[in-house]
Amino acid sequence: MVEKLLLSGDEAVAQASLDCGVKMGVGYPGTPSTEILEHFSTLGGHAQWAPNEKVALEVGIGSAFARARTLVTMKHVGLNVAADPLFTVAYTGTEGGLVILTADDPGMASSQNEQDNRNYAVAAALPMFEPSDSQEAYDLLIKAFEVSEQWKIPVLFRMTTRVCHSKCITKRRTTPVTAVQPYFERDIKTKVMVPAFARIAHRALRQKLTELAQFNESSTDLIVEFRRGDQIGIVTSGISTQHSLEAAPDASVLQLKMTYPLPLERIAKFAKTVKRCVVVEEGDPWLETQLRAAGIQVEGKPEMYRFGELNVNRVRRILAGDVSPEAVPPAGKPPQLCVGCPHRKAFEIFRDLDCIVSGDIGCYTLGVMAPFSALDTCVCMGASIGVALGMRQVLAENQARRVISVIGDSTFMHSGLTGIVDMVYNRPAAGHVVVILDNGTTAMTGLQEHPGTGRSLDHSSAPSIVMEDVIRAMGVDNVDICDPIKDPTAFKDLVKQRLASNDISVIIARKPCILALAKFKQYENNQG
Amino acid sequence: MIDKVVNVVFAGLGGQGVLKASDILAEVVFESGLDVKKSEVHGMSQRGGSVSSDVRYGSKVASPMVPDGEAEFLIVLDKTQVPVNEMRLKKDGCLIAPSKIDAGKLTNPKSLNVALLGALSSKLEFSEEAWFAVIKKNLPEKLHEVNFIAFRLGKESLK
Repeated sequence: MVEKLLLSGDEAVAQASLDCGVKMGVGYPGTPSTEILEHFSTLGGHAQWAPNEKVALEVGIGSAFARARTLVTMKHVGLNVAADPLFTVAYTGTEGGLVILTADDPGMASSQNEQDNRNYAVAAALPMFEPSDSQEAYDLLIKAFEVSEQWKIPVLFRMTTRVCHSKCITKRRTTPVTAVQPYFERDIKTKVMVPAFARIAHRALRQKLTELAQFNESSTDLIVEFRRGDQIGIVTSGISTQHSLEAAPDASVLQLKMTYPLPLERIAKFAKTVKRCVVVEEGDPWLETQLRAAGIQVEGKPEMYRFGELNVNRVRRILAGDVSPEAVPPAGKPPQLCVGCPHRKAFEIFRDLDCIVSGDIGCYTLGVMAPFSALDTCVCMGASIGVALGMRQVLAENQARRVISVIGDSTFMHSGLTGIVDMVYNRPAAGHVVVILDNGTTAMTGLQEHPGTGRSLDHSSAPSIVMEDVIRAMGVDNVDICDPIKDPTAFKDLVKQRLASNDISVIIARKPCILALAKFKQYENNQG
Repeated sequence: MIDKVVNVVFAGLGGQGVLKASDILAEVVFESGLDVKKSEVHGMSQRGGSVSSDVRYGSKVASPMVPDGEAEFLIVLDKTQVPVNEMRLKKDGCLIAPSKIDAGKLTNPKSLNVALLGALSSKLEFSEEAWFAVIKKNLPEKLHEVNFIAFRLGKESLK
């Protein structure tokens, strides 16, 4: 009997991972990908948080070199962090299946940009799969592992917010898989990417892509044609497939589940069977550009639909060529720092001291909202330190002295450490002050653990990196720990004093996240 | 062809149980054997901001998002969120606002989400047993009775 479940796309990926024998799940939390590894762990799979996405992918490469089926998860911007290993693991390939999952966020529900990671498939030369719902997420993940192992090539698995977070009915496969016992076999020529070997590997990679294009062309399940009429044809992938099927009941729809390398012959053939062939895609005109480059006559979408998510109404507009201004939905209540959040006090103080605040990624980015309005920059994970140091290096002293870096504990573990190295190495004349808002958790993404919390992904006890010890050892002049809620005056005086000196200082404002308090207690009890 | 789909939108503020309410409806539908999809955006919106969640069901559902102006039912947990979400509703659609419930009669104010589900239930085809079974699965045991009472209170309010 087939088991049916109501699963989000994230949960479906976790279930598929369990069902196809994934031995290692590794990643860094990031909306909308976070729940994948959490659910995989709950189901009994081995999952771990890495300090950042680059390390996550490197750990994943190692485990796949050792022939273990490996899933690496991250949000879209995480793939930027992991891009260095990504481009070269494409050359080495892996013996065990390696699926690298990127969860894109068109419309930026909870992200700093809406980059389209389909571009990475072309840039890194990796096959890419794109599910449109939970069932496809389940089926395609298993398929992705089969492809990865057959061609010894990592597979990019691109999901988007709506696919990750929508729940749909998902049928579970019951075929058992025989897991390989991991072992490592020396194969220097394919695994050591010195130029002499990498030149050969690059050619081998291009050969694999040629074969994969052929595989895609002749596949029976990776291209789905919904034949419904010959006036309009739609070429699409991912969530846009579902919107298109609903928005245009009389249009024929060609859904691509493997979007790189593309089955260009099949698409060209489809385009010829309809009077008008339209590419419906979220984000960049990525498919459109490739199809046009291949000489296939397709229409794209007007530029205005590059921004934000698509939905049924927007697809209707695209098909109608409607470029009139869209109705602006009434503004809802914006998110804000929780009542009782320890970060609130810190931002009041930065505001009152008229600091130039170089911010970072996390709940505390909400320090930008009124009544604080105490955030001046926010670019990417860890940037609070480097950006502030750059300002300090070039600004005149009166402004330089006001610059402060604000970063959370999880973000600090992710990519704050190297910023501290730069602060010590390229010391600004007027010194610098970094404030770490340490609430003991990765709060923004939903209270995940990190290397400093003393707990693993499944909240069991783990060794902890003590940030103050590490920072002291790096040669920072002053490292202070204080509680901004218990004694706000002392905190304010300390910030003032450090800003006035030429020292390089780190102030750790330590107070647990109020949303996490009950959980922290529960974890302690569990460990007796 | 897309068959007739029933569209329900839940809206409110972070922490009110909007997502839990939509989870419960989606599961009730799932148990009934119909096709169902549920969609929402979590992440930043949960920090006290506006939250909404879409549930769609029928013999076959395509997009997981309810198109604006196509919701048969709009269930709102915080009255400030009514004007923000009204455009989701069909012309003759049914708005179920918190004012429909006599909040004084709720044993626990946090069960407003389930009370509104009770109100919705009087318009849908699923049995009370089906609803209660899913509520039991989704909430800790100590909250079952409180929520059954809330559900019935809501159900009576729309009769």
